[in-house]
Amino acid sequence: MKNELARDVERVVLFLDVNGERRDLLLPVHKTLLEVLREDMQLTGTKHGCELGECGTCTVLIDGRPELSCLLLPVQLQGRAITTIEGMAHGAELHPLQTAFAELGAAQCGYCTPGILLSARSLLESNAKPSRDEIREALAGNLCRCTGYTKIIEAIELAAGRMK
Amino acid sequence: MAAELGSRAMFVAGGTDLFPKLKRRQFEIDTVIGLDFLPREIHNGSNECTVDAGVTLADASRDAHVNARFKGYADAAGLVSSPPLRNAGTIGGNLCVDTRCNYYDMTYEWRKAAGFCMKKDGDICLVAPSSPRCWAVSSSDTAPMAIALDVMSLRLRATPEMRSAYVKLRRRGSIDFPIAGAAVAAQLDGDIVTSCRIVLSAVASYPLQATAAEAFLKGKRLDGEAIDQAAELAARPAKPLDNADLTHFWRKRMVRVVVEQALHRISDQGAGFDG
Repeated sequence: MKNELARDVERVVLFLDVNGERRDLLLPVHKTLLEVLREDMQLTGTKHGCELGECGTCTVLIDGRPELSCLLLPVQLQGRAITTIEGMAHGAELHPLQTAFAELGAAQCGYCTPGILLSARSLLESNAKPSRDEIREALAGNLCRCTGYTKIIEAIELAAGRMK
Repeated sequence: MAAELGSRAMFVAGGTDLFPKLKRRQFEIDTVIGLDFLPREIHNGSNECTVDAGVTLADASRDAHVNARFKGYADAAGLVSSPPLRNAGTIGGNLCVDTRCNYYDMTYEWRKAAGFCMKKDGDICLVAPSSPRCWAVSSSDTAPMAIALDVMSLRLRATPEMRSAYVKLRRRGSIDFPIAGAAVAAQLDGDIVTSCRIVLSAVASYPLQATAAEAFLKGKRLDGEAIDQAAELAARPAKPLDNADLTHFWRKRMVRVVVEQALHRISDQGAGFDG
């Protein structure tokens, strides 16, 4: 196995659209989107979990669809809209999902919450009144080890009702 | 580029299989070659459907025409892993997904501590030490269904009588790879089976066709008794080993169950489309 430190690191200039803003970055080509968001853009709302595509805590939206930032290379994402949890509120006004999560206590440790909020936002943008099964299916890639999901599902239903 | 770099480069489409393996040092390469240029459309003809290799699993599973004509294929694509991974992973990538084994899908340090196996860096199979071959398990969901549907170049061919079903067994209802699965495509004249293909997933190092069960069903009425006997026959060639989730004895027993469930879905389903 090669010594990581001995490798030549190739850097590239990338233009990424993150939360509606164009960001110009000079990045090592091998960095994942998760690493770039957290380390180069200080957008630490996207959480670092398993790094293997199993836990969903690093979920971001790519062109409105949830994908896992630990398995994406920024070089693949030029010209595509990247939305992180920091892009969910409008200024000081929380997204209805965020308000509903806070009101119903749909978070405990909160580590999975950014990913779940973004998965839920994507769901409600394509399905304004999802059934409980549809909510469960949409969240099937986001693990929560605290809540048991019940309050999360109730919060999404509450937000859906308010967003009509 | 690939020819120039040889084994130091690999192709990447969705990256959902490749990147975790790179992180675990299962592959050690210098370069990934992106396949973003691949076409990503589903072409629905009058009696066939062509799915480009770059189509995501999510798009294939939601496509109305694929669902109407090839229910089993849409279901298989929709049962791969979890929603965010299906939004990135592609049909071509799932067909090519690497075989899996509990002794291989681990970090470099774990594999070094346990002793490397012949799939990477070692020379024996830790599941079957006296075997000259690797027994890692085929874990694609769509490959068995594609074989059952007799797919040519990702071209799904429909006939009015075509029905298909895919049943997947895994510990959780999301994220996990299959530990057993049954892909069935059949043509029925009324309730008589005129042709049938049954392909098992995750019970061998390749999608395993259950030919004895297929031959048994041909010409039979697809009722409960025939389904029971066919499921029994289909399970016989499945020989799962102790290299995937849950015990291989239980997985072996469950092969009969997933085949039975898939055949019942075929029986309950309407024909593929309105001719």
